[in-house]
Amino acid sequence: MNPVNYLYLAALLFTIGAAGVLIRRNAIVVFMCVELMLNACNLAFVTFARMHGNLDGQIIAFFTMVVAAAEVVIGLAIILTIFRSRHSASVDDASLLKL
Amino acid sequence: MSPAAPGAVVHSLWTTAAAEAPVKIPGPVIEYAELAPVLIVLGTALVGVLVEAFLPRRLRHPAQALLAAVGLAAAFAAVVALAAGGYANGKAHPAAMGAVAVDGPALFLQGTILLTGLVAVLTFAERRLDPAAHGRPVDSFAAQAAAVPGGEAEQKAVRAGLTTTEVFPVLLFAVGGMLVFPAANDLLTLFVALEVFSLPLYVLCALARRQRLLSQEAAVKYFLLGAFSSAILLFGVALLYGYAGTVTYSGIADVVGGTPRTVTPALAATMGNDALLLIGGAMVLMGLLFKVGAVPFHMWTPDVYQGAPTPVTGFMAAATKVAAFGALLRLLYVVLPGLRWDWRPVMWGVAIVTMLIGAVVAVTQTDVKRLLAYSSIAHAGFILAGVVATSPAGVSSVLFYLGAYSFVTLGAFAVVTLVRDAGGEATQLSKWAGLGRRSPLVAAVFAVFLLAFAGIPLTSGFAGKFAVFKAAAQGGAAPLVIVGVLASAIAAFFYIRVIVLMFFNEPRPEGPTVAVPSPLTSTAIAVGLVVTVVLGVAPQYFLDLAGHAGVFVR
Repeated sequence: MNPVNYLYLAALLFTIGAAGVLIRRNAIVVFMCVELMLNACNLAFVTFARMHGNLDGQIIAFFTMVVAAAEVVIGLAIILTIFRSRHSASVDDASLLKL
Repeated sequence: MSPAAPGAVVHSLWTTAAAEAPVKIPGPVIEYAELAPVLIVLGTALVGVLVEAFLPRRLRHPAQALLAAVGLAAAFAAVVALAAGGYANGKAHPAAMGAVAVDGPALFLQGTILLTGLVAVLTFAERRLDPAAHGRPVDSFAAQAAAVPGGEAEQKAVRAGLTTTEVFPVLLFAVGGMLVFPAANDLLTLFVALEVFSLPLYVLCALARRQRLLSQEAAVKYFLLGAFSSAILLFGVALLYGYAGTVTYSGIADVVGGTPRTVTPALAATMGNDALLLIGGAMVLMGLLFKVGAVPFHMWTPDVYQGAPTPVTGFMAAATKVAAFGALLRLLYVVLPGLRWDWRPVMWGVAIVTMLIGAVVAVTQTDVKRLLAYSSIAHAGFILAGVVATSPAGVSSVLFYLGAYSFVTLGAFAVVTLVRDAGGEATQLSKWAGLGRRSPLVAAVFAVFLLAFAGIPLTSGFAGKFAVFKAAAQGGAAPLVIVGVLASAIAAFFYIRVIVLMFFNEPRPEGPTVAVPSPLTSTAIAVGLVVTVVLGVAPQYFLDLAGHAGVFVR
C-alpha cells in the first residue's frame, strides 16, 4: 500500500483533533482531542520514516509518546483541581478572567 | 505487506539488517562540560525533589530557596566560563551529537534566563507580604494545591502551616527546559525542550494562595491552549521531517538550500515538495509565536498573566519570552534562511499587528497585571521588528532587547506584589490612584519601570528599542519602524497615564497599602532597577556583548 495514504490519514486525524479542540466544550474532551493530534503526528512521523528509510521518525514517535504521557499527568491534575472547586469541567464555565 | 513494490521509494530496513553482520553502534559523544549549565540546573532540580522527600517540613522552605539560588548561580558561572573559554565565537559548535548548539546567542540567552531565574527565586521565596497565618509566615503559593479553595481541607492545610515548597524544583525544571530551548539544534530537541519548560509553568500557574479560582482557570486555559499549540508545532516538525528526511537544523537548511549531502530516491521525491516545507515551517512558527505571545496567538497572555501568582507571572513574562525568541531566531536564521522571501512578509504582518493590537488594547485595561500583559504583547511586536531584520545586527539587537526587557518585567511584577489590600494584591488600576503620595519610593520605582517599558531615554527600554529599530531600518524594514514608533507612542500614553494616576490623583481613603517586603523582594526590585538604569545610561558594553554573540553556529 502506498505510504502516502497514511499521511492523508494522519492529516485527517490531526484535523479532527484540531476541530475538536475548537468546538468541544468539556475540558477532558478538548484534552483528548489534543492527544489525537499528537497521535496523528506520530503516524506522520512513522510514515515519513518508512518513506525515507531512516529510523529518526520512529525514535521521535517514542519521544512524543513520553511527552504525551507527561502532558496527561499535568493536564488531568489541573482539570481535576478545577473540577473539584467548580463541579464543572466545561471550558465555557471558566470565564472569570474576562475583560 | 508486499515486498518492495516496483519503483516505490520504500526501503526495507528490517530484512536487510537481518541478512548482514551485526553492525557496531558507536556510542554517542556528549560534551558534558559544554552542557554544564543545563546539567547543573536539572541536577539541582532533582536534588530539590529529594529535599522535598527527606527534609523536615520547617527546614524545607529555606533549604529549597537556597538550593535553587545556588544551582542557578552555579549554572550562570558555568555559562560565563564557557563564554570566556571562547565558545561564544571561536569554539562555537553543535554539541551532544548535534542536538544542542553551544554558540554566542545560546550562551547569551542562557545567561539572561539564569539571571532572570535567580531574581525570580528571590520573589518566589518572599514570605513577609501576606500576614502570617496561625503564626507561620506564608508565601504567594497555595498551602496545598490539591485542596478545594475555601474548603475544609484548605483550612486544615493552612492551620498545619503547609507551604508548596515544590515550586522551587518546579521552577528549576522550567529553567532547565528554557536553557535548552534557544540552544536546540534539531527539531526533536526543540519540541522536548518546549514541553520541559511548559509543563512546569502550567503547574506554577495553578498555585496562587489568594484568588485560587482565577489561578486555576488561568492554568486550565494556559494548559489547553499550550498543549494545542505544541501539537501544532509537532505536526509542523513531522512535515519538515518528511520534507528533509532529517530533523537536524543544518540538514534541513541544506535541503532547503538545495545542497543536501546525500540524495536518496525518497529524499529526491519529497525535497521538491514545497507544500511540506511551507506548511511545516508555518506550523512550527505558529507554535513558537504562541509561546512568544505574538498577535494571532496572544489570546492566552492576558488571562494567564492575570490569574497566575504574580511572582510566577514575572518569571514567565521574562524568561519564556527570552527562550522563545531565542528558538524563533535560530529557526528563522539557521533552518529557514533559504525561505527568507517567504517568511519575511508574514513576519512583517505579524510584527505590525502585534505592535498595534498590543498597544491599542492595553489602553482600555483596568487591571495592572492585564495592562502589563498587553504591554508584553506590544513588546513582542517590537522584538519581532528586530527579528525580521535578517542581519547580525538584528540578532544582537534582539538579544540586547530581551536582556533589558526581562529585568524591567521582573522588577515591575515584583512591585505589583507589594501593593496590597485585604483581598491580597490590589491589581485594579483605580486602587493605585495616589500611590505616589502614600509611598513615593515604591511609586517612583514603578514609574521608572513604566518609563523603561515606554522607551524613554536613559532607561534600558530606550537603548533596546533604538537598537531594534535601527537594525530593522537597516534591514530594509522602514515601514515597520514607522509603525513601531507609532505603537510606542500609543503605548507611552497608557504608561504615562498610570504614572499620572499614581502621582497626581488624590489617594482613596480605602485604598491599598504598600507592604514592607523582606530583603528578598527588595533585592529583586533593586536588581531590576539597577539593570534598567545601567543599560539605559551606559548600554555600550552590553550592546558590544550582544554584538559579539550575534552569530549562530550551524
